[in-house]
Amino acid sequence: MEDLQNQNQKITDKIREISTQLLEEKEVDLIIGYSDGTFPLSNLPVFIREVDEVEKLIWNNLCYVNLASYLTSNISRFIRKEESEENLKIGLVAKGCVARTIIQLSLENQIDLNDIILIGINCNGIINRKRIEKEIGEREITNLSVKGGDIIVEGKDFEEEFPFDEYLMELCKVCKIKAPPQLPELSENIRGDSQDISDLHLNFDDIKEFEEKSPEERWEYINDLLQSCTRCYACREVCPFCYCNLCFVDQNMPQWFGKTAEIPDIISFHLIRALHLAGRCVGCGSCSSVCPVGIDLSLINRKIEEIVKERFNFVSGADLTTILPMNTHDMDDNQNFMLEEEG
Amino acid sequence: MNELSMEKKVNKEQEDDWEPKMIAFLCNWCSYAGADLAGVSRIQYPPNIRIVRVPCSGRINPFFIVKSLIDGWDGVVVSGCHPGDCHYISGNLVARRRFAILNDLLIFFGIEPERINFMWVSAAEGERFAKLIKTATERVKKIGPNKKFNKKW
Repeated sequence: MEDLQNQNQKITDKIREISTQLLEEKEVDLIIGYSDGTFPLSNLPVFIREVDEVEKLIWNNLCYVNLASYLTSNISRFIRKEESEENLKIGLVAKGCVARTIIQLSLENQIDLNDIILIGINCNGIINRKRIEKEIGEREITNLSVKGGDIIVEGKDFEEEFPFDEYLMELCKVCKIKAPPQLPELSENIRGDSQDISDLHLNFDDIKEFEEKSPEERWEYINDLLQSCTRCYACREVCPFCYCNLCFVDQNMPQWFGKTAEIPDIISFHLIRALHLAGRCVGCGSCSSVCPVGIDLSLINRKIEEIVKERFNFVSGADLTTILPMNTHDMDDNQNFMLEEEG
Repeated sequence: MNELSMEKKVNKEQEDDWEPKMIAFLCNWCSYAGADLAGVSRIQYPPNIRIVRVPCSGRINPFFIVKSLIDGWDGVVVSGCHPGDCHYISGNLVARRRFAILNDLLIFFGIEPERINFMWVSAAEGERFAKLIKTATERVKKIGPNKKFNKKW
């Protein structure tokens, strides 16, 4: 494997080069990318309008934020300086999942692809920082870097190494679309890397093991997974697809769930959250990376991806022409779950 | 403590002859009329269901089903017109996609698939309605009371 540090440096150089070009030729007014965070283990999104700020842009294996969130209507008002900037041209540093989000959002008529240029990069995986934090415990981390195939975590008086492949985000381990997908409708929007997705072989072996358990074991597992959930709704806030003006959890006429932190309320929240993301979730893993109690929602997100793939043969964010599965219907849909008369 | 949980407590004391309480969402044009036909034809079926009439199976939000479980119902019955016969052309087809995903997710979470019963019943099928309700009641009876969604208070 190529040295990770070199890879990251190459990607960073590429982002800076393309951004400079885009800003100089006035193709875009604003570039959204990643910059160094104020804490170790965190990177900040950065908004760049001038060529001389381009040096702020970086890429490393902690760039977990899904930048496409900044484009949906609720949030995009923050990036516009004035009302007159309605047609702001935006350049976006896009790894595979960010590009898929953009495609999906455009299918849902939330954004206009004409205003967006993707700076495509070939993502090399995001580190599962929650897991690293758990391993390190209460000791203070001052720096995290990658070298060769290892993650090196430095602290006040310790230095530990973790294998990179093992400590990736669960969704990155199974990710098949690393760079913006090549679609005929999107070809003018992509600068930099893109990926041919014509023969995409998705497999869902990673959740097979869980599915083979008995219902009781599954219920126990889900209970264990979710019981620490405080329902802070950080997963909803960060999700680029949760752009409803009034979320179902905030409704009180009628109120769909109790507001307690009891298991039935928690589980039904996660159940309906998953249901609302069916056919939409692109598996960017933002929800897992922001959870303050470290719940990994990738299991549930993978399942909804699988259901939609198996039942409706749809892969979210890899197609700009199909009607969304939940917006349409088919006479011949599988209805094996319907109750029938016996004999 | 609401009326439902009061009744449940009484039920717990006599566990031998426990009868499930099921909520049934029936579409106005087919299943509700089908249930009516079963009634006027004097076909016997278990008295465990409480019917909620909805305009179309497309009106049934998955929330209804999940909320029914949280509220302590032992089983849920969802019934609409046969595919292609919907009064609103495609309401039941749209609903079927939603139910498919909800059904798969509930099973994935480890909730017994027997608790949620989806069915198609037309206005002319009183007998079929009675039979399916009987099957559904037996299914729910077999798995017992809805304990997974019990709240501590």
